[in-house]
Amino acid sequence: MNVLIYLLPMALGLGLAGLLAFLWSLRTGQYDDMEGAAIRVLSDDDLRRQP
Amino acid sequence: MAGLAAALPGALPLPGPPVRDFSSFLRPVEGGGIAMDFAVEGIDCAACIAEIEDAVEAVPGVSEARLNYTTHRLAVSWPGAPAAEPEAVFAALARIGYKAHPFESSSAEAIEAARARHLLRCLGVTGFAAMNIMLLSVSVWSGNVTDITPETRDLFHWLSALIALPACAYGGQPFFQSALRALRARALNMDVPISLGVLLALGVSVYETLHHAEHAYFDSATMLLFFLLTGRYLDHAMRRRTRAEAANLASLKADLARRIEPDGSVVAVPASAVRPGDIVLVSAGERVPVDGVVCAGAGAVDESLVSGETLPRAATVGGQLHAGSLLHDGALQIRTTAAGTGTFLEEIERLLERASTARGAYVKLADRAARLYAPVVHATAALSFAGWMLAGASLHQAVLIAVAVLIITCPCALALAVPAVQVVSAGALMRRGVLLNTGDALERLAEVDGVLFDKTGTLTLPEPSLANAGEVPADLLAVAARLALSSRHPLARAVAAAGSGSPLAQVREVPGAGLEGELDGETVRLGSPAFCGVEPPADVLDGSVMAVRWGARTALLAVRQQLRPDARATVSRLRAMGETLGILSGDRAAAVEPVARELGIADWSADLRPAGKIGELDARAERGSRVLMVGDGLNDAPALARAHVSMSPISAADVTKAQADVVFLGERLAPVAEAMAIARRARALMRQNLWIAVIYNLFAVPLAIAGLVTPLVAALAMSGSSALVTLNALRARMPERETP
Repeated sequence: MNVLIYLLPMALGLGLAGLLAFLWSLRTGQYDDMEGAAIRVLSDDDLRRQP
Repeated sequence: MAGLAAALPGALPLPGPPVRDFSSFLRPVEGGGIAMDFAVEGIDCAACIAEIEDAVEAVPGVSEARLNYTTHRLAVSWPGAPAAEPEAVFAALARIGYKAHPFESSSAEAIEAARARHLLRCLGVTGFAAMNIMLLSVSVWSGNVTDITPETRDLFHWLSALIALPACAYGGQPFFQSALRALRARALNMDVPISLGVLLALGVSVYETLHHAEHAYFDSATMLLFFLLTGRYLDHAMRRRTRAEAANLASLKADLARRIEPDGSVVAVPASAVRPGDIVLVSAGERVPVDGVVCAGAGAVDESLVSGETLPRAATVGGQLHAGSLLHDGALQIRTTAAGTGTFLEEIERLLERASTARGAYVKLADRAARLYAPVVHATAALSFAGWMLAGASLHQAVLIAVAVLIITCPCALALAVPAVQVVSAGALMRRGVLLNTGDALERLAEVDGVLFDKTGTLTLPEPSLANAGEVPADLLAVAARLALSSRHPLARAVAAAGSGSPLAQVREVPGAGLEGELDGETVRLGSPAFCGVEPPADVLDGSVMAVRWGARTALLAVRQQLRPDARATVSRLRAMGETLGILSGDRAAAVEPVARELGIADWSADLRPAGKIGELDARAERGSRVLMVGDGLNDAPALARAHVSMSPISAADVTKAQADVVFLGERLAPVAEAMAIARRARALMRQNLWIAVIYNLFAVPLAIAGLVTPLVAALAMSGSSALVTLNALRARMPERETP
């Protein structure tokens, strides 16, 4: 059972990292335009706009 | 136009390029710079995003343009206030064919957005907590049947408690607050059993952990909150989306009025900024922005949007005009009597108020289910507690069973059943150009058994068009169309749309008569039959007759409002769906009769005042009929508010559009039938989902009462039923494939 000593903190740490990433994406407004995001990924205007 | 204005009596100031003032719409952004929001009309495809953003970013001075595809709003930012030129953005959008309106987001919308973010954060917290606790719980469950030591199990339970207690305290806020509010008002709502269930489950689990027991319900409590928050968020997102649509529609009202300042200069201001007593200028082809009295000028006014009447009437000094009327020719100065919210007829305002209170509050399907739910759950839990005590079980055992009943009956599936279907259906409707203005429109639409149409602008197209193009010699029509390009007169625009080519040079507009130009050395005239030297036909039923003369050859052009291209197909489809159809029009009987005959609608009434339309609706309501009213005119607004559910085309008068539960885009009438088909399917699915939730409870509750629900069983039952309901909701997308 010694394996728990590093497995448990690792599991909890990964979960916490996921939660923080979610909160960050929420704060930066990535859920404001769900339909637009689905479509934007297909357009290649980012290539065209580069000088 | 300038020449025309000068020729009119009353010495009108020339409508030069007016100054537009948008400073009230500009807002500062973080990190310096200034931004403005636009509501953009006509976005219907993915390519629009890049097209619009590129066009606007090409405008000098603009630092960034970002289109929100969900809400159809464009945010444009400039590096500083002096650089901000909203006018150039409007011009750039107009060049690529999009109409934009300045948009000011209301504070109510900002509060809604903050609430949505809070719900999403709660959802995230409980979601991650549930996942981590499940990791520990699965270990405990598998350990319980193999070789887990009591010490390890206690460690896992304590770790679960460490995650679950703060996560539930944070994520449960929306439910706890709402339950507290309800209890303070001495009422019960769905959130009371939810809060009670969650709190009891957590309390019992801590107690069990303290006593080194085998089972703890931390995973159930967090998973419960996760599913419930999902339902709550979907419901909220749906209402926010319809509200955003409604706000976009309201911003269309921010049309501009040209106000004549005391010093004689002309300034364009938002129509909402015009005050009673102000004088505004209206020239041919424009809509009257306010209610008022003509104080100078003369012209012909098309009031089809106000009263449904299709023949233009003359407006002279001292005459009353209503907002929404279209000026055919001439130019007018209007002294404002009412502006902004007070623009519509007093009669309509009064009727509107009465009509919307008469309809009463509609009780949504989900609310009806919830009203039954709370007492039943509490009674079941209390009864099973009492039953086990009487049967001789220990207090500890009886409490555990009562808590299991509360957990298992918590309405995960119930909370998802309706919102999931609504979100999927609203998306399907939006792809067909149908926008929901109110949240419960979908449910009410599904109950409809009769459809009543307004005629002008609803069954017919809002713009007039050439009706006898086939009878006019092709070369004459082509010349007429080229000549018509030089005028903004609505009838001339209808003729211009019938042909193509470049405008003629040196066109002269003769006020009140028509246009005159020259081609191949011969005079071309387009205008009233008398102006072209043609005998006017004796029987003008509907619309107007114009004539064209080229040299010695002449032809008559009949311009009228034609049926929407698919009106007949839609009417027969609605009939096939079992709807009774009718027409309620404010127009003359002579104009309504041919339309009714062509569509095969026997039940029609003409010459109806707004009160008359309400009377017709009431008569049907008394017979127990639930009616969908489709209309676009100002005179339809009270009827729309009175009907069980209502629809408007996007071209409708603002007041009317604001009243309508559903707004549809485009020239086709088909969205009326499509919306009803989707709504019926959505209602069927909602009912199915509610039944799934009921059947789930029929199986799960006896298990819980019998004391057989371990945390493992609770987890399986809850997630299983929620997944089933969500998958079933996705079927609301399916009719798309059946009707292309």
